[in-house]
Amino acid sequence: MQQQVSSWGRLRRVPHDVARPAFLDELRAAASAEGGARLCFGMGRSYGDVCLNEGGRLIVTDRLDRIMAFDRERGVLRAEAGLTLDRLLRVTVPQGWFAPVVPGTKFVTLGGAVANDVHGKNHEHVGTFGAHVNAIGLARSSGEVLTLSPQENTELFAATIGGLGLTGVILWVELRLTAIRSAMFDTETLAIDDLAGFFRLAEESRDWPYTVAWIDCLAKGGATGRGLFTRGRPAEGGGLDVHRAPRLAAPLDAPGFLLNAHTIGLFNAAYRRRPFVLGAKRVHYDPFLFPLDAVADWNRLYGRRGFFQHQSAVPTAGAFETVRELLELTAESGEGSFLLVLKLFGDEPSPGVLSFPLPGATLALDFPNKGESTRRLLDGMADVVLAAGGRLYPAKDATMSGAAFRAGYPDWRKVEAQRDPKIMSDFWRRVTAEAA
Amino acid sequence: MRILILGATSAIAQAYARRRAPGSDFVLAARREDRLAAIAADLKASGASSAEVFVTDLAAMERIEEGVADLRARFGAIDEVIVAYGMLGEQAAAEQDLAQARALIDSNFTSAALWVLALLKGRAENTPLTIVGIGSVAGDKGRAGNFVYGSAKAAFDRFLEGLQHKYDGSAVRIVRVKPGFVDTPMTAGIEKGGPLWATPDRVAADIERAVAKRRRVVYTPWFWWVIMMIIRHLPWFVFRRLKI
Repeated sequence: MQQQVSSWGRLRRVPHDVARPAFLDELRAAASAEGGARLCFGMGRSYGDVCLNEGGRLIVTDRLDRIMAFDRERGVLRAEAGLTLDRLLRVTVPQGWFAPVVPGTKFVTLGGAVANDVHGKNHEHVGTFGAHVNAIGLARSSGEVLTLSPQENTELFAATIGGLGLTGVILWVELRLTAIRSAMFDTETLAIDDLAGFFRLAEESRDWPYTVAWIDCLAKGGATGRGLFTRGRPAEGGGLDVHRAPRLAAPLDAPGFLLNAHTIGLFNAAYRRRPFVLGAKRVHYDPFLFPLDAVADWNRLYGRRGFFQHQSAVPTAGAFETVRELLELTAESGEGSFLLVLKLFGDEPSPGVLSFPLPGATLALDFPNKGESTRRLLDGMADVVLAAGGRLYPAKDATMSGAAFRAGYPDWRKVEAQRDPKIMSDFWRRVTAEAA
Repeated sequence: MRILILGATSAIAQAYARRRAPGSDFVLAARREDRLAAIAADLKASGASSAEVFVTDLAAMERIEEGVADLRARFGAIDEVIVAYGMLGEQAAAEQDLAQARALIDSNFTSAALWVLALLKGRAENTPLTIVGIGSVAGDKGRAGNFVYGSAKAAFDRFLEGLQHKYDGSAVRIVRVKPGFVDTPMTAGIEKGGPLWATPDRVAADIERAVAKRRRVVYTPWFWWVIMMIIRHLPWFVFRRLKI
């Protein structure tokens, strides 16, 4: 059926021929069906165009969310590609198992988590999602159905982890879970006065598995990098209660004027001065790991024109200067929004060829779409990142040039070589077009 | 608690079974063994004590009594049965092709009614049994748009209503479920979106509540009760102008 589909950033609505298979036999059939370019789409939480295939076919996997096997003793779970972390946690947390790596939202599918090789606040300790995948079931448009693992079809396995869904249709994923004693985290939140404070605290917090910092993106001069640093570790006690459904929702698109430098400044000031924010606390995994999930459809707060997100990773050497330059660019522009997230990546390697994290620092922040000025700012930030030897995150990106992508991911041709000839995305078209 | 699901591959049935999974024993009946096996594995991972597969063509009416005997021999007493299968079909095609019209009526009414009769027949006296019948708001009013499907659902609703009357005050309880628009593969051909469309899980949650609270009829989501009340009471000179 013809439908208009947007990604999370809601920058444009794009026509697709949408299929929604409900069983694995239907998904295999969709993978090898007659016709042109196709692409899988999970929860649509990637921000730009890695999940879009304009004018082509979109295979939506949300109905394929069954658990195929769950070994409660060993903590190994195999499930259809459309299973969300939301449902996975509902099933596994009461049994004392947690997802090894979670991104900032639990509303992502296993297939999407593999395709974007997502990372979490514990990257320094455990690496990316792909590092915990035992095996992947993959259907190619040729009709072939393969099992990929570190032992079997290894090149295709490496190309599929972080492979943006291009190597075939991911049918199922087998994942190693992490044992937990409770659903709670012991956390500490500390104030940071400037960017040096962030790097100092991050260094001191090496033995905390989960770390993240929120930075006030409007702070300038000596206050650049002012914010809050939070670190956490799984608690020993507190029960194995699962999270609840979101209690708030953005019912309508907010008017564009709602988010401006003034309101964002007020928000940031209020956020930083929340009572009881500082200090040690035991909190449930849901507000700790997924704070934005509390408001369903929060992307609508950015209004009808949508928004961009810049997320980059820069190498350890020069990270301080690069991050400061990015923060200054943002503060000068006055375009940044609520949450600028900063954290360090570890050197845990990913099995994936196109995996985003690299040892160093990563910075993420949203920009309401104001048109040309926003794009210019994003381009300027991309230049800074590239000059520092860093790269941008395809899952968040809507604007990077082909040259920027290829410089950041010099091994991209390995994925192109393994790409299923009938699978294509708007992102891949965009970043590989002039390199053909 | 042993729950028999007739039409276990339907989206509403799957969502309902997931909600009831912890501690339940399921018998999942439908045609496709591979799909039933996938659902059974998921239910077991979700906390079901057991989930057995019963492969059968539910619309094959000459085999219903044999099927029930087989079920009893293999799985023993059933505590709850949910009749979840059915087909939407296409009204225009059904008007031209009597075989299609018959398939629609047989699937949504005749076979469903026979399954319920066969399950009630010959069961041990005074053993509790809950029968959940998934109907449709389409059965509440005959409309040009889909009266073949609608009338079959209406007939099933009347059938269950009669059983409610007969078994009032006994251990047999009957819940008549009337969903509105539900986003399932059955409605794949229809443009979706807007406040009238519900997820299978929303409908399943309403069914779960209705079963727990021993309700006789449940519209899901609830506002369909209001909508159908209005549509049923529209005067003819208004109703005839509606293209529904």
